[in-house]
Formats: sequence, structure tokens, C-alpha cells
Amino acid sequence: MAKLHVSTTINGEPVEFLCEPSDTMLDALRGPLGLTGSKEGCASGDCGACSITLDDRLVCSCLMLAVEAEGHALQTIEGMAHGDKLHPLQQKFLEMAALQCGICTSGMLVASDALLRKNSKPSEEEVRFWLAGNLCRCTGYDKIVRAVMETADEMREAAQ
Amino acid sequence: MNVVTNNKWIGERTIRPDGADKVTGRAAFAADTNMPGMIWGKVLRSPHPHARIKSIDTSKAEALPGVKAVVSARDVVDFPVDKSVMLGIQDMRWMCRNVMAREKALFPGHPIAAVAATTEAIAAKACELIEVEYEVLPWVIEIDDAIAPDAPILHDFMKFEGKPSNIGGRLEVKKGDVAEGFAQAEVIVERSFTTRPVHQGYIEPHACLVSVGADNKTTIWSSSQGQFMVRAMTAYLTGIPQSDIRAIPAEIGGGFGGKTIVYLEPLATLLAKKSGRPVKMVMTREEVMRATGPTSGSKSTVKIGAKKDGTIVAAQGTFYLQAGALPGSPNRGAVGCSFSPYDIPHVLAVGFDVLSNRSKVAAYRAPGAPIGAYAVECVLDELAEALKMDPLDLRLKNAARQGTKAAFGPVFPRIGYVETLQAAKSHPHYSAPLGKLQGRGVASGFWFNAGGESSAQVNITEDGNVVVTTGHPDVGGSRAAIANICAELLGIDYKRVSVLIGDTATIGFSNLTGGSRVLFASAIVVTQSTDKIIATLKERAAKIWDIDPEAVKWENGAAHPASPNAGQFEPLTLAELAAKAPSMGGPIGAGVQLNTEGAEGGFGTHICDVEVDPELGIVRVIRYTAVQDVGRAIHPGYVEGQIQGGVAQGIGWALNEEYIYNKSGKVDNPGFLDYRMPVCSDLPMLDTVMVEVPNPKHPQGVKGVGEVPLVPVMAAVANAIHNALGKRFYSLPMSPPVVLEVIEGPETRQAAE
Ligand code: FES
Ligand code: FES
Repeated sequence: MAKLHVSTTINGEPVEFLCEPSDTMLDALRGPLGLTGSKEGCASGDCGACSITLDDRLVCSCLMLAVEAEGHALQTIEGMAHGDKLHPLQQKFLEMAALQCGICTSGMLVASDALLRKNSKPSEEEVRFWLAGNLCRCTGYDKIVRAVMETADEMREAAQ
Repeated sequence: MNVVTNNKWIGERTIRPDGADKVTGRAAFAADTNMPGMIWGKVLRSPHPHARIKSIDTSKAEALPGVKAVVSARDVVDFPVDKSVMLGIQDMRWMCRNVMAREKALFPGHPIAAVAATTEAIAAKACELIEVEYEVLPWVIEIDDAIAPDAPILHDFMKFEGKPSNIGGRLEVKKGDVAEGFAQAEVIVERSFTTRPVHQGYIEPHACLVSVGADNKTTIWSSSQGQFMVRAMTAYLTGIPQSDIRAIPAEIGGGFGGKTIVYLEPLATLLAKKSGRPVKMVMTREEVMRATGPTSGSKSTVKIGAKKDGTIVAAQGTFYLQAGALPGSPNRGAVGCSFSPYDIPHVLAVGFDVLSNRSKVAAYRAPGAPIGAYAVECVLDELAEALKMDPLDLRLKNAARQGTKAAFGPVFPRIGYVETLQAAKSHPHYSAPLGKLQGRGVASGFWFNAGGESSAQVNITEDGNVVVTTGHPDVGGSRAAIANICAELLGIDYKRVSVLIGDTATIGFSNLTGGSRVLFASAIVVTQSTDKIIATLKERAAKIWDIDPEAVKWENGAAHPASPNAGQFEPLTLAELAAKAPSMGGPIGAGVQLNTEGAEGGFGTHICDVEVDPELGIVRVIRYTAVQDVGRAIHPGYVEGQIQGGVAQGIGWALNEEYIYNKSGKVDNPGFLDYRMPVCSDLPMLDTVMVEVPNPKHPQGVKGVGEVPLVPVMAAVANAIHNALGKRFYSLPMSPPVVLEVIEGPETRQAAE
């Protein structure tokens, strides 16, 4: 069967790619598109390592078909920093040691960014439930939750 | 060796050298690398828990267009069962049978054959076309069934006490005479416990990419806890000499012990050799759950006797640990660590290695120690209750100290166990009020910690900066700590120090990232290398100034003339000396390779608060404080991180995680949905208290920290649940159905249903 052609926008850039009908968006990102920042921990929507946003909605790219990207706008971890300027969440994760092995980090950052876009002042409980779909086996989440809350505080202050 | 005290970088929360790549998605983990011409490998796995392999016909698979190579046990080097060939703690007889089933398939998921094809889909299709004739055999999963007199025997060659048996070995640790000890006891508590196998749960599945040239020169990209282990095991299993294999460590997405052995690398190497194409293999989560790790399930009995004043006089433990289908339970941790926090005159700990038709266990954070400590620390809680003593006071009264002889052999030097107990006792957490259905528990734990082989090369660049190469994969921030140490010694900004993990061709042999050894060992070789460099720098400055090298001191990143020449010359900075290097004797660099010694054991004491929902049986940890003697926290952020991560894993082990088997002997929950690891909303903040009793045998006072924090957790949680409910639990996990059953009693539950 011939491959399907998809036109989409990824991290603000127009992009075209070919895929099998059964390919997931994660397959496409990590394969033909060469965007390996999104990770595959489970391929079943349980770990969040593959988190991206689709028109600003947080999704597991392993649960999305690649062809569904047609005409939409995707954001991946590779689009988070601006040039050499890290996003405040990225910076805070580094400062607060909110990553150990780093395999969950892309997904955590994308998910945390999606949270802060919706809710600039999340409580600890809101952060914990929002990130409940992003598994981290290394950190026990403590430093991740703190980093997200501190970033939210700083971003609010900066916005004032 | 002197312990450094006045520090600029040691103890600082610097930004890790590999940090930016990890927050931007650039870091290359095992599955992130591709090669031109690369094809994909897949493994055909046994559907049966136990079956003799009568024949394997790969002809249909080989005929499928796109298939480039098929391999089976025939292609893997055989290590006959009658002669042990050890690599570290792994026996190649078992490794060769674990990577590819040989005479028999021993668990569902056991590799039978592997295929390489132009696409993953074709490789998977080809696996289905392989015809395997099995003679299905009776199988056994649980410990009691495996040691029953009529149990199906996994390996005819394995004998215990002269008879064919599933017991693969017995390990004993002994001190004094327990019979005599118990005769003196006034209070004795004896209880039996069970735990279930739990998986290390790293989020990154095993993956590798292997290229083999026509001359056999082999390059392996994979994530593991040791590129030298990958090289050696692949060499053993494929017959390619180690010198022809270059194993490149990818960034590793978690290991926790589970990546201290190989699964895919030898298969990919054989496929790459046969096909002449680079081969990439990536496990699915289901394959990870079915065929890698986990750690043992167990059954144990612990008996402790004390005088009425709380002096413990005797302790005995019997531990049965599941090995999976091939020998190798972590009995050493169970028998060696469990009683080690205590000064007990009479100790007997015995461990049995029990085989059954499960995947072969792999190391998991302080292997065996958490299983033993769970039983011991729960019994101590009951003993404290019987003696009407505070559980921390009971531990303080019996705590191991400097001079205590541990049952497993050594006499402890200056250790910080007592300090952890005191810090726990005076912590506000310990006296905070508790609400209804809430309870508090404490427990302690010990882990040996390891030293072993390490290599480092430190080079000064032409512009006067520093590149440090070591040989241990960095799982949790070790590069950051190494940068801190090197910057401290050289007196320069830590940002001027790059820290890299070398591959097997570019750095000397370095043993596994395991045993909590990485920073302990690499700090020693990095310190010695840096000291050599400083000596060279001082010599060169002395030459320029025409004074004695002894009269030069190194401070703040520069050579200074010391008395009697103090102030006579302008200091020469690292950058200036680097610039002069070509005319002053050449490049500046030094390397050290050592078998490091002096890794002292680590101790921790934990306080856990839980709240129980009596309707649903759900236990929530609502507050947690982990106190640990960390020696010296070189990078406190990552030390705390190790402690918090260990605690989170322990909470999962205590409350939810377990392998569930169905009636046909297969794991029924091989994914993250049903194998329930703690998620963010399950946990509270995890407080840490780092007690720093420097290791006198280490230049910076470092002790291993990574494994201790898992050891006390399950008992701390169990003891807290008892405190909340007044009921004891003797098995893990204490998951909602189990908790409900204990709260309501089996009859009440059935009636309600
Ligand atoms: S890989 Fe998509 S959720 Fe795990
Ligand atoms: S940092 Fe390793 S899984 Fe989160």
C-alpha cells in the first residue's frame, strides 16, 4: 500500500511527511521527521514520555495517528526553547535537579507547559493531577512539582 | 587522604553538564540513533512457561521478502552447564540461556529466535512464520510450589542436598550461636512475610543499534549500566573478541539495576553480522515486563529475641528468593544487609535461591536488601510494641557503631547510623500530631555500597579549560558531581569543566554503574588525575619562575609563588599555562585507572505517615521523611533526588506493584496501566535529611547514596499502616483488596458481596 502524504505544522514550521496509515504520530516524529525528543516508554498512553500538543491540547503522540496531524499545529519538546534561550520551565528543571535520567523530561516539560498555559497559578494538587499521566521512575516527582510551581510563580511575576 | 572542607563547588547545586540536552530533547538515548542502511530486529518469544524446544524451522521466515537474517540458539556461543564462567556476578552459562532459549523455553517471553528485516513490520511478520515445535512441560511459578517435593524441575542438572531441585543455592551469614542467643532472650518475636516480584520500571525500554563490519569490527550503541559489561557479554556470547567491539553508551533512561545485563545486544550483533547491515532493536513495554528484570518475589521468616530492657540478643532470618528461570537471586543483599544496622551478638541469616518459570531476575536497587529489611524492620516494630519501647529508641539501643562487627564480616569504621536515628527522632515530623485513620511508622536500612574498577582521563584544552572523561554511564547526575569536584580541585568555575562518558575504545575499563559506586569510585580517579595535573602545572610554573616546584602553590585556578618567593611573581593561570604548553613539555593531561577501595556501607532511617481509606482500602502516604548518612553530598540536588526516587519506588513496592500471573503461567499485567507504579498524584512531597558523616577513606568523604533509600521503605509503610489500623500486614503489596480484606475480615467481605 502506498504511503500517505501529510501536511502539518510542527513547532511553527510547515512540514510535510509520508507515513503508513497505521503509523502513530510518535512513529512519524521519531522516524521520518527526526524529532526524537519525544520518547516511547509504553506506546499505550500510560507513561506520557511522548507528550506533545495538538492545537494547544496535550496529547500522547503514541495514541494519535500520524495522518491526524493533517492541517493541525503540533508542538514538541524541540520547539520549547527559543534559539539558545531556554523556556523558564526548562531552566527551572535544570536549576532544581528536576530530572535524573531525563527520559521522562521531554514529556514532563511539554505537559507542564500545557498546564501553565491553562492555569498560571496551579496548586500542588492541580500540578500533581495534571502530571499524573507522566510517569517518572527516577525522581519521586518532588522536584518536578516544585519546579513547575516555582516557574509558575516566576512567570506570573514576570508578566506583571 | 584529607577530606576537603572549605568549598566553592562541592556541595553546590550546579547545573549538570548534560542538562541542556536533556531539557531540549537533544540527548540521544538508546532508541534515538539511526544509521544509513539500518534494518530492524525482532525477537520471537516463547508463549509457554516451560517447554522443550524440539525443532525450529526458520525457512519460511527466511523466504519472506525483506528478511535479511534469522538467528537462534545455534548462533549464540554455548556455555555448557557443567562449567561456570563468571563475568562479575553473572554466570555466562545462565546468560547464554537467558538471551536465547537453548534446550528449553523457561518462561513466557523467553527468546526463541530473532529476525532482522528491512522494516519492523516485516521482522514481526517473519517471527510469526518461524515454526517451533514445543513439547510443553509442567511448570511452576510460586516459591511454595517450586520447592514442593513433587515440583516440576526446571533443570535436571541442578541438585540440592543430592536431589534434583529447584533450589539453586544456599547462602549463609553467621555470627555467634543463635541457639545460645535465643536462650538468653526474654521476649521473642517471630513472623513470616511474603513479597511479590516487582520491576525496576525504567521508562526507557531496552534498545540498541549494532553495526558489524566485514572485518568483524563491531560498534554497539545501547543504553546500559555499563558499556564494558555490554562489550564483554557480547564478546562472550558472539565469539567476537572484545578488542573488536566498541560499545558506545547512549544516554540511559533509567536502569535501577535492570540494565546491568544484556538482552538485545548479542542478538543484534549476530543479526548484523549475518545480514551485513546495521541492526536496530527496541523492546516494547510488554517485552520489558515479560522478559527483563524484575527483582525476586520472596518468602521469609524472621525471629528476633531481646532482653526486657530492649537489648537484642539474637536474630535469625530465613529468606527464599525467586531467581526466575535461571540461578541468581540477590540473596547476598537479603542475608548480608538485613541485620547489619544492629549490633547483635548472635545472628544467623540463610538465603535460598529458588528457580521457577519466571523471567530471570536482574538487580534492583540494593538487590535483596529491601526484601530482608522489610521482614526485619517489621519484626522490630512488633518487638518495640511488645517491649513498650519507642521504635527509634529500640533501634538506638541496638544500633551498629564504629567497631561493631557486622554478621557479614567487616568491622564498621566511623558510620552514621546513630546520627540518622537521632535526626529522625528530633525531626518535627516524628512528633507531629496524627489524625483519624492516620498512622506513623519508622524503619531503617543498610546497603553495602561498592568500590571497584574506575578509569578517568582529565585533559586541559589549549584554551585552558577542562575535559573529564570517565567510564560510567550517568543515570542520575553523576557528571554534575564530577564537574563540581574537578572545578573545586582546580579552583576554577565549574562551567569550564566538561564531563563526558567515554566508550570502551576511548576510556579505560570501568565497572558497572551499580552498587552505588559511581561517584565514590569516579571521584577517586578524577581526584588523582587532577592532582597529577596540578603537579604538572606547578612544575611548569616553577620552571618559568626558575624556582623550586615545592615553592609553588595552586590556588584559585592559578599557580602562585609560595614563601619564600611569595609575591615575587605574578600568578600564572590555568589558561596561561595551557597556552604555554607546547613549549613547556607538551599537552597537559592525566589519567588514572584503579580498583577503588574504601566504599563504606550506608544507612538510612525513614519516617512514614499514611492515611487509610477504610471503605476502599486505599492507603495514601501523606508525609514522608527519609534521613540518610550520605557521607558528603557533592551535589545535594542529585543526592536528594536519589533518596526521593528510592522512596517513591519503595512506596510502589509497598502499596501496589506486583507481577500478577494468570492460570496459564503468564504475566497478566505487562504494561504500565496494570502494573501500577506511583504516579505524581499518588505521592506527597518526599522530605530528605542528609546526615553527613564523611567517609574517612574517600578524598571528598563520599559514600554511595543511590540504593540505601529503597531499603527501609516497605517496612516504614507497613509499620505506619499498623499504627493507623492496629492491624499487621505480612505480605506485599498492601494493595486495596488486601487492605480491605484485613480491615473487614474475609467473611465480612464475602457477606457484603
Ligand atoms: S509512549 Fe505514549 S504514553 Fe507512553
Ligand atoms: S528522570 Fe528518569 S524517568 Fe524521570
